[in-house]
Parts: sequence; structure tokens; C-alpha cells
Amino acid sequence: MGLHSLIDPRIDLVRFLTPEGDLCEDAPLPISDEALLDLYRAMTKTRAFDGKAIALQRTGQLGTFASALGQEAVGVGVASAMEARDVLVPSYRDHAAQFLRGMSMAECLLYWGGDERGSDFAGPRGDFPNCVPVATQVAHAVGAAYAFALRKEERVAVTFVGDGGTSNGAFYEPLNMAGVWNAPVVIVINNNGWAISTPRSLESAAATLAQKGVAAGVACQQVDGNDVVAVHDTARRAIARARAGEGPMLIEALTYRLGDHTTADDATRYRDPEVVQREWTREPISRLRAYLLCKGLWSKQQEGELLQECAAEVAAAVATYMATPPASSDAMFNYLYAEVPRALEAQRETARRFASRK
Amino acid sequence: MAELNLVESINAALGCEMARDDSVLLLGEDIGANGGVFRATNGLQARFGRGRVIDTPLAEGGIAGVAVGMAAMGLKPVAEIQFTGFIYPTIDQMINHASRLRNRTRGRLTCPMVLRSPYGAGIHAPEHHSESPEALFAHMPGLRVVIPSSPARAYGLLLAAIRDPDPVVFFEPTRLYRLFKQEVADNGESLPLDTCFLCREGRDATIVAWGAMVPEAMRSAEALALDGLDVEVLDVATLKPFDIETILQSVEKTGRCVIVHEAPRTAGFGAEIAAEIAERALYSLLAPIKRVTAYDVVVPLSRLEKQYVPSVERINDAVRGLMEGS
Repeated sequence: MGLHSLIDPRIDLVRFLTPEGDLCEDAPLPISDEALLDLYRAMTKTRAFDGKAIALQRTGQLGTFASALGQEAVGVGVASAMEARDVLVPSYRDHAAQFLRGMSMAECLLYWGGDERGSDFAGPRGDFPNCVPVATQVAHAVGAAYAFALRKEERVAVTFVGDGGTSNGAFYEPLNMAGVWNAPVVIVINNNGWAISTPRSLESAAATLAQKGVAAGVACQQVDGNDVVAVHDTARRAIARARAGEGPMLIEALTYRLGDHTTADDATRYRDPEVVQREWTREPISRLRAYLLCKGLWSKQQEGELLQECAAEVAAAVATYMATPPASSDAMFNYLYAEVPRALEAQRETARRFASRK
Repeated sequence: MAELNLVESINAALGCEMARDDSVLLLGEDIGANGGVFRATNGLQARFGRGRVIDTPLAEGGIAGVAVGMAAMGLKPVAEIQFTGFIYPTIDQMINHASRLRNRTRGRLTCPMVLRSPYGAGIHAPEHHSESPEALFAHMPGLRVVIPSSPARAYGLLLAAIRDPDPVVFFEPTRLYRLFKQEVADNGESLPLDTCFLCREGRDATIVAWGAMVPEAMRSAEALALDGLDVEVLDVATLKPFDIETILQSVEKTGRCVIVHEAPRTAGFGAEIAAEIAERALYSLLAPIKRVTAYDVVVPLSRLEKQYVPSVERINDAVRGLMEGS
């Protein structure tokens, strides 16, 4: 996993499981059976959550939502390789990772349901909130990593950016700084093939997105983003490397967005249904399930129990979310500055006066 | 006490706060060995090391963005943008992230950063070096916009900006950098933010100004005094959130107000002050509120610069006009 020659920037692709769930090579997976089952459960939980969140949006009970359907292995694989002391700097489609970090499903629903308290999550308190302006979060991760290095803390910042995000200048500037500063940061490109309706082929003429690290002197690597073992192992090695002071790493995870961009999007307008059908045969959860079943690590009964468990957890989160009343109008003013400035106090009072007239 | 010019007082404040607080660090282009193109960071890298005085790659958006990440993780970054014409790429990070982080996370993460930049016309600089974009930043909820008008105020306000728990955009009037010296006590004492400063008391009219226009307003007041006019001068200093109470008190006393700024007129910050006075002190006014501003044109190159920036004569003319009109 090194940097390749500048003249021939071939990028290695890491993969352990074939789409059919077979081992790529005749070697054991670099992960324990128990850890493997944890990854499977986490991916299944995220998928159950996504299904419910979309249903809530369709029935007017949630705002616009960005599902992670088909990309569960990226978030779960990366976050499972992080330690609590590390910092996650997510994009807006990374709740798979956030759940593993400790954000509750109810908090996630609050965020998408239009309540800032969803970003005041209980998970690691240093983790960043969802970032909506594409690629602007990469700089935050590099800045956080610089802080860790300056204070000699063995912590790593991990961030996600989409394939479209790598076309943005906001991606390149901090990537370049990360290289210059040898910052302990891992930047994961969640290449799901689409930037809303714009396919990967219209985003970049580069053979891989990972090779964008080459120009910045940042080590880079491609990974099968639907193979959770490959994602986990690659992220684990990248994080260990960064923690040891060996520098930043850019990982391109190749996955596929099986759902719409968000609930406000209709992917049938721009996508070939046959391609989508084919991608369903490569998705991460069925792939790992096939492996687990074949190895005797999983059963149909366990699957049924897990799905029930997930449904119950999601239902409980929905109940908590629905039972949370909106904050008062004061909440708009109280957190803008450390102390509410005098000029703003008058406006807060006006808002209060009109809020109480309802 | 040492006699310092404005840029030296900036340097003194940075050095003082870095020595006092390990979490303060500087980043920007050419701020290390070169000490910044205006020498605001002169000698600081030698004193505090490359880890805390960072020569960054040429990437203004990236500079602001990494500062957000550093600030959220407990550092107090002071980022220098070399010239205001280059500050626009930072707006994305400042409006979408720096200004909102505390609010978005209900106070879980905060962003105690300072974005410093020289600003304004008057030094015969090349294109894109003389802009006054304070109103753009003052429009963003969650930011503070601070502009000193003298070496002593630069020292005290910059210390306050660095110590403030929220993001501050700190504009330094380039033409005042070396215009005059003043006694500045390098004693670590800050000046209050969100507060207007009374520069000169008077009964007949109030001139409200900030940055490089404050010395011009003072010169105008002194010239008008020879005609027997007693003019009060206020330095706004913090544009967001601004101290309207002090301005109202002054205008209620004098009954006349001239607002002076070197940014273009339309939607300039003068319009905000005029609107507040109109809403809250209209019946104290003996004459209409007057603005003396730059024109709604691109900052010209140096040969027309003097025609662009409000002059003492234009300020005098405005005050006299108000006296005659009432």
C-alpha cells in the first residue's frame, strides 16, 4: 500500500470477498469471526433504519433524507476501524459510521427531521456534525488532524467525501495541506458512482479518484467498497499508519448508490434499471451473508432474530423522535454566540412575543 | 510604553497572546520567515516555532477551513489572509461553517478562530488589494467583525478577538499600518468588543466612522472646530454585533449624523446604521442622516484612488450641509 511512481500511478485495489461471498484468495479473512458478525449486524441495522427513514419522509414525518442504501460497508468498515478518541468528520450520508461511533438513531432522525439537537449527539463529543456543502468538511478534518499532531496526541481525523466532492476545489486544498503537514488524517472517498444525476464518468477523466492523492504526495489506495472486510482492513491500516506519524492517506471506496440521491431525487430519470439490477447482485450485505452462511457462522434463524431486533430498535428511535417537541424560538438565538449579544436579545424577545401568540 | 505603529501593535498583540496561551497559533501565506508581506508576524516563527506559525500553501479557502477544524479541536487559530481581494474564497467556510458550528451543534463544538486581513484603499496597491468587504461579513449571523482605527485599539481589540470564544473577522486598515505611531502598553490588556469608542465629544453633529475613516473624521472635526462647529466622533470598531445604543445616545444629543465609510455606498454598513437611527431616533434628528462613502464602483487603481476614498473635504461638506439644512 505505498505511493506509486508518478509516471505510472497505478492504484492497488483491496478486496477479500467476491460479490458471491467467496474468498478472493485461499487465505483467512484478517478479522475475527465475532468482529465479522458485528460488521454484519451494523450494516443490517443501517439498512433497517434507512428503510424506515424513507417511509417517514414519504408520509410527511421526516424532512429530506439521504439514504445509505448499498453503501453500508463504507461507513461501517471505516468507523469500525476507528477508536473513540479519533474524530469523525462526516458528510451528509454517513450515518452508518455515525451509528457505530455512538450517535443514536433518534438523534439522526431529529437532524433530518429539522432539529439542531440531532447534531448535539451523545456519540464522541468531538465528532463533527453532518456537512452539507460538498467537500468543505475535508479541511476541517485536516485542521483537526493538525491540532492532534501539534499537541502530540495519538488521534486521527477521518473524513468522508463523495466522488463528486473530489471535483471540488475544497477537496484539493486541504488534501494538499495534509500532504505538506504529514497530518494524521484519513480521507475516504465514498465513490457511489453518482453526484445526484451526474455519473462518475462526467466527474473526472482520471482513471481512479484515489490517484488524486498522488499529486498531493498523499498515499492512496482503492478498495472494494462493497466488501466490508476490505474497507475495514484498509481503514485500519491507514489509521494505524496515520497514528504512527506516517502521514495521511486517501482511500477510494468503490461502491454503488442503490437508492436515490435523497428523498427529493428520482434516480429513474437518469439511470438504467438494468445497471441498478446488476448492482443489486454486488451489494455488501448479501455478499457478507453468503460468506457467513457458507462458513456456518450464521443461520436463517439468526437472520430473522436480527431483523426483528433492528426493527424494534428503529421503532423505539422513531417513538423517541416523534415524542420530542420542537425547541422554543429561543433556541435560534441562544447558541449563535457564547453569550447572546445585546442586539440579538431584542430580536429574541420579538420572536418570543410572536411565538406565544400561536 | 513603546511608541508603535499599527502593524507593530498587531505584532505585539500576537506575540503577547501566543506567549500567554499555548493554544494560539498563526497560519497564512508568507507569515513565517518572511514575517508576512506587511511584517505583522515578524519574528514570531523564530520565537514560537514552525508548528505554531505555519506558512501555508496558497489556498485561502483551505486556510479558513483548516482553521475551523483546528478551532473545533481546541486550538485558537489566527489566520492571515494576505489581502482582502483574496478573502472571497474564505466566505464559503466562514458562512457555512465558522459562523454556524456552535449553533448547529447546540454549543457542543465551537469555533474560536480569528481571520485577519489588511483591508482598504490608500496605499497605491495593485488590483484586488484595496477592497472593503466588511459589510459582506457583517451580514453573516454568528460572526464578529472588528476593525481597529489606531495602534492602541488594534492591540487591545486583537487580544479581545483572539480571546473571544467565537469566530472574529479582523480587518486591519492597510493605510494606517504605518501612518502614525502611538504609545501602546504591551501589557496584555484587551479592549471590549461590541462597543463603540468615543473619539471626540461634541454638541452639534455626530460623525460615525471605522477603520481608516476615523482619522479622517477626526481631521474633519478639527477643521470644523475652526468654524465654531462642535463635532462628536465615534469609532464603531465592532461592526457585528454593533453598539447602536452609543450611536443613538450621541445622535439624540447632537441631532445630526454623518456616517463615513470607504466601502461602496449601496448596502454598505452605513445603511444599517442609518436605518437603526431612523427606526429608533428619528424624532431627535434636526436634519436627515447623511452618508459619505466610496462610490458604487470598482476600487480604482492608484491614480484615481484619492477621488474614490471619502476625503476630509467631503466629510466637512456633509456636516456643513446638515448645519445649513436645519
